[in-house]
Amino acid sequence: MGANSHQESFPWKHIIGFLLSLVLTFAALWVALSSGLPLKAVIGIIVLFAVIQASLQLFMFMHVNESDSGRMQTFNMMYSFFIAVVVVAGSIWVMQFVL
Amino acid sequence: MKWSEFFVTGEPLIYAADVAIVLTMIGIVFVLTYFKKWKWLWDEWLTTVDHKKIGVMYIICAVLMLFRGGVDALLMRAQLTAPNMKFLDAQHYNEIFTTHGTIMILFMAMPFIIGLMNIVVPLQIGARDVAFPYLNALSFWLFFFGALLFNISFVIGGSPDAGWTAYFPLAGNEFSHGVGNNYYAVALQISGIGTLMTGINFLVTILKMRAPGMTLMRMPMFTWTILITCVLIIFAFPVLTVALALMTFDRVFGTQFFTMANGGMSMLWANLFWIWGHPEVYIVILPSFGIFSEVVSTFAQKRLFGYKAMVGSIVGIAFLSFIVWVHHFFTMGAGPAVNSAFSITTMAIAIPTGVKVFNWLFTIRKGKIRFTTAMLWSLAFIPNFVIGGVTGVMLAMAAADYQYHNSYFLIAHFHYVLIAGTVFACFAGLHYWYPKMFGHILNERLGKWTFWLFMIGFNVCFFPMYFLGLMGMTRRMYTYSDGLGWTPLNVVATVGAVLMGIGFIVLCYNIYYSARYGERDMTGDPWNGRTLEWATASPPVHYNFPVTPVVEDIDAYWVMKKKYGGFHVKEEDLKPIHMPSNSGRPFWMSVAFFVAGFGLVFKWFALAIAGALFIVLGLILRSFEDDDGYYIPVDEIKRMERAARKGA
Repeated sequence: MGANSHQESFPWKHIIGFLLSLVLTFAALWVALSSGLPLKAVIGIIVLFAVIQASLQLFMFMHVNESDSGRMQTFNMMYSFFIAVVVVAGSIWVMQFVL
Repeated sequence: MKWSEFFVTGEPLIYAADVAIVLTMIGIVFVLTYFKKWKWLWDEWLTTVDHKKIGVMYIICAVLMLFRGGVDALLMRAQLTAPNMKFLDAQHYNEIFTTHGTIMILFMAMPFIIGLMNIVVPLQIGARDVAFPYLNALSFWLFFFGALLFNISFVIGGSPDAGWTAYFPLAGNEFSHGVGNNYYAVALQISGIGTLMTGINFLVTILKMRAPGMTLMRMPMFTWTILITCVLIIFAFPVLTVALALMTFDRVFGTQFFTMANGGMSMLWANLFWIWGHPEVYIVILPSFGIFSEVVSTFAQKRLFGYKAMVGSIVGIAFLSFIVWVHHFFTMGAGPAVNSAFSITTMAIAIPTGVKVFNWLFTIRKGKIRFTTAMLWSLAFIPNFVIGGVTGVMLAMAAADYQYHNSYFLIAHFHYVLIAGTVFACFAGLHYWYPKMFGHILNERLGKWTFWLFMIGFNVCFFPMYFLGLMGMTRRMYTYSDGLGWTPLNVVATVGAVLMGIGFIVLCYNIYYSARYGERDMTGDPWNGRTLEWATASPPVHYNFPVTPVVEDIDAYWVMKKKYGGFHVKEEDLKPIHMPSNSGRPFWMSVAFFVAGFGLVFKWFALAIAGALFIVLGLILRSFEDDDGYYIPVDEIKRMERAARKGA
């Protein structure tokens, strides 16, 4: 789908994305604060919600499938993934001596 | 809360500052009213979306902040000149080194670089403005009000006092009770949002708005460094955003992310801070490399040596910058495996940096060098920066770092890279692009005075600090006892600091002198430049280029001059030009950010919520705004071109 080929009269995509993001955020809050699940399960579930919400936003708000330069998008996402791994795995490794 | 807690009291220096601030404000209001300039201020500056004017405002702020940070530095040097000085007490000294560091990095170096990139990048790539001009104005005003919020801390509420790194647990509620560190968290957050948006804006601008023919490998080197800097901003600043948000939660709402009790992890702050902090120093140094590349190439009158190697080494530095952050806290105790890995990645950065140094040297080789002020700054950069770089490799060895850590050796090292790198670059860029910004040249004679005073003063100030560090003097100590043998070198350092201060005063006088008597630049190309910004008038008409230039090679304007004798515009080629409309919303939305931030700092939540509602209102109004800008008709362009080129 080209960026200009389809002009929506009402931004349904954005509204749905916005509502789903809110649902996922409040669901994560509920899981963490009042679900009573064990800690590991809570962490697993909120990470899952975070990944779902990130991909949701990529499609609903950030037009990831509307670009002509697929190569660029793939490269960007791979680099983002690399930085995310560096930040998260790196932090865990570095901070292991106090964990 | 009592008034005596709201305003900082008890220090004669603070009362003097209060008086000075009130008098300055009265003075500004009086001048604007007397000369009937309020409407001009609003129409031409506060609501502008023109990248050149926004850039000028960034640079004005940066010079003001250089003054503020410089006064902080001189106060510290005064206190340290002799042993057992009573000029500043420990608390006051803590606040001053904290604001000195924070202001110099975030409110001086960053806006100076961002100001230059605002002015130059769209011109270098042959564009009419940035990709998102409205967002650009918002970025500036968020930076401005973030900086303002940070700066009022020293008269209202008290300044942050936990160092520019704000390490926990010291910066947490357990050890810092006042509002000072709330200012740090909130003010940096506000200006950080602005910086992040600038990163996105210029990335899109450079990728999408280059003139026809300007492939990535034909871009001017400054534009290349800005492109990579934007990538660094986009990936590094979110980490700061999150870390500062957690800090704000800890300090304002009582969460326990970085506390010592209840499962908090205070050292995680240092980890997150430097995941942002290390890329941040490359965010200020890579554009500096770009400025030096432009200046060296122009004044050696040669094409930049090793263009591809330069691009490769910038990309390499940017990549490595994300995997070295632990070298800022080798002594925290992470163990030999972690320290060795980060030690090696850190030393590896010296390789691409060395490649760049040799490229500049080979560019100069056999060039017809013109020793202008901008060129002097660039030539001085190379040896001074190498001193900083080599001592950096010494610090990178984790085992040896246990000796150097947090000593004056470190202080000397990072001032050698940040001043000889970034500050020299800002001055070089200021002199080089000044005619493009204001239409007249900064006086060369005064410029050289500034250069020699500042450059010699810089070495006199910071070179002794290497030895002070090796003699055991540690960072952030507010006084020291007699008989340690540190006094002579401290006296020398203070003399150097004063020389730098005099150099700065000469620069300010030069700005005034040149505005009145400086040589006007009628050609638009006073330096015989090589890149497209010199193809426009000085200062450029607000749409920059009457028709979009076509690029045939690296150094696009140089090629045009050789092939066609310049950049010629035929009047029959003119078409109406589409430009963005001004908007006052970025300004008042940023005021709302300031109000909300002030409320958060003092935990006045009603005020914070009121400010936040205005921010949301601004977002909603923008979403429903139906303003696609306006067109400048051809007759108007003809008239403006003739006016701009009059006397050329």
